[in-house]
Amino acid sequence: MPSAAGEAVSSRRVGVLSLQGDFACHRAALEPLGVEPVRVTLARDLEGLAALVLPGGESTTMLRLIAATGMRDALEAFVRARPVLGTCAGLILLAAEADRLPEAPLGVLDVEVRRNAYGRQIDSFSAPVDVPAVGGRFHGVFIRAPRLRRIGAGVEIIARRPDPAGGAPEPVGVRAGHAVGLCFHPELSGDLRLHRWFLSEVAGLALPDTGGPGAMRALAASEGTE
Amino acid sequence: MSQQEQFRLKVGLAEMLKGGVIMDVMTADQARIAEESGAVAVMALERIPSRIRREGGVARMSDPALIKEIEAAVTIPVMAKCRIGHLVEAQILEALGVDFIDESEVLTPADEENHIDKHPLKVPCVCGCRDLGEALRRIGEGAAMIRTKGEAGTGNVVEAVRHMRSVMRSIHTLQGLREDELMAAAKSLGAPFELVRQTARTGRLPVPNFAAGGIAIPADAALMMQLGAEAVFVGSGIFDVGLDLKPDEQRRDQLRMARAVVKAVANYNRPEVLAEVSEGLPKPMRGLSMESVPEEQQLAKRGW
Repeated sequence: MPSAAGEAVSSRRVGVLSLQGDFACHRAALEPLGVEPVRVTLARDLEGLAALVLPGGESTTMLRLIAATGMRDALEAFVRARPVLGTCAGLILLAAEADRLPEAPLGVLDVEVRRNAYGRQIDSFSAPVDVPAVGGRFHGVFIRAPRLRRIGAGVEIIARRPDPAGGAPEPVGVRAGHAVGLCFHPELSGDLRLHRWFLSEVAGLALPDTGGPGAMRALAASEGTE
Repeated sequence: MSQQEQFRLKVGLAEMLKGGVIMDVMTADQARIAEESGAVAVMALERIPSRIRREGGVARMSDPALIKEIEAAVTIPVMAKCRIGHLVEAQILEALGVDFIDESEVLTPADEENHIDKHPLKVPCVCGCRDLGEALRRIGEGAAMIRTKGEAGTGNVVEAVRHMRSVMRSIHTLQGLREDELMAAAKSLGAPFELVRQTARTGRLPVPNFAAGGIAIPADAALMMQLGAEAVFVGSGIFDVGLDLKPDEQRRDQLRMARAVVKAVANYNRPEVLAEVSEGLPKPMRGLSMESVPEEQQLAKRGW
């Protein structure tokens, strides 16, 4: 099956950038979907991956570690060509512009992001989000979350947060071809629909039908909390 | 928002800090050094543990002015310590917008019997432990992150190793028990049954499990990671470096040590990287052997 990048996908290995952040939560979300999560901490770990996930965490720390481990060029080449999902800090890494960063982000999504835009941890929240690609409502977990300030013409909005005050919904997820960025953390909600969608629709991977009992359990658990 | 949903947000922030280094800082400039080195968060306090040890006296929550100054200086999360059982200090820290509260044995305890009920706070709390029972008691009270106590301010990793080994060994023991043996295990651990059962089932603490107390050099940090820690706190190990140097040399050495610890934690299981970052480091803090710390001065004995 062709991937969004147009190359044949022969591998079920999906990388998770594991320099820092909630990479373990992404691994736990990928495993039940029938792919093999791979820990990425060096440039050579990127070889032969079908797709890559950039987790949540501290974007300043991640950018510094990407530079310190000498993987910046390889990572930039990968995310330009291959399927990539970034959540929270991962979205910031994929953006064209963001405030108060030690160096420029990777720039594959033509968006400008404002970091910690809702405030400090005390302002973290969870809220329903509309994601038509996965069939509607999704439980959005926003932790010291970023906001999308500018969205380029070629970038599609894939997730919106309804305004509790009744105003216009706010974009909280975007896609440009093979690159997807989310302001919230699907890896913390116990709902695998966004990971499944990314792997099958964006990365073009053929997944087992059921998604495994883990997926069903996770889905049931997330429905129970909403 | 339900308390359960609130807890998910608290643990969520702890998840974001995994694989990182949290550094004790006493000034806004030290906070900038920490951020520049790649720290995932800073702990704002007036005296790092080694100074508290040297100077003695009652150690309390930091001045709000210092915390605000540090919050303004960096974009990474800012933590601060309150005394064990001092619920008002915790409320004040929450009002100051700190991102994580450390109910810490490094400060002088305010209550020798009760820890803070951490569930009603909106800000997540981390607590120290020496063993699994203590860890689960704190989680029962609402801690969203656990760290080893170690022995802060000694630059000696031996107690942190003891505490992490103890926690991991007990988790493995629980995993091997039958369901009908778990209540007796809960009784002997002195820990809430439901948390004991969850730990037995998952083979891990119900919240992120970090290391702290006596971690002085990159190899110490990597050791704690290999023993099961998911991130590392470095208290005195960075800003007790280069105290006899001129300010600019001191800053340079502290930054070098901080960077080396960060790189060691991210590559904790790659000895070739650890060898590289360990070479030519600034002189680490001198440190104390445990025999030279009288029992009444051992901070890990505070709290239960």
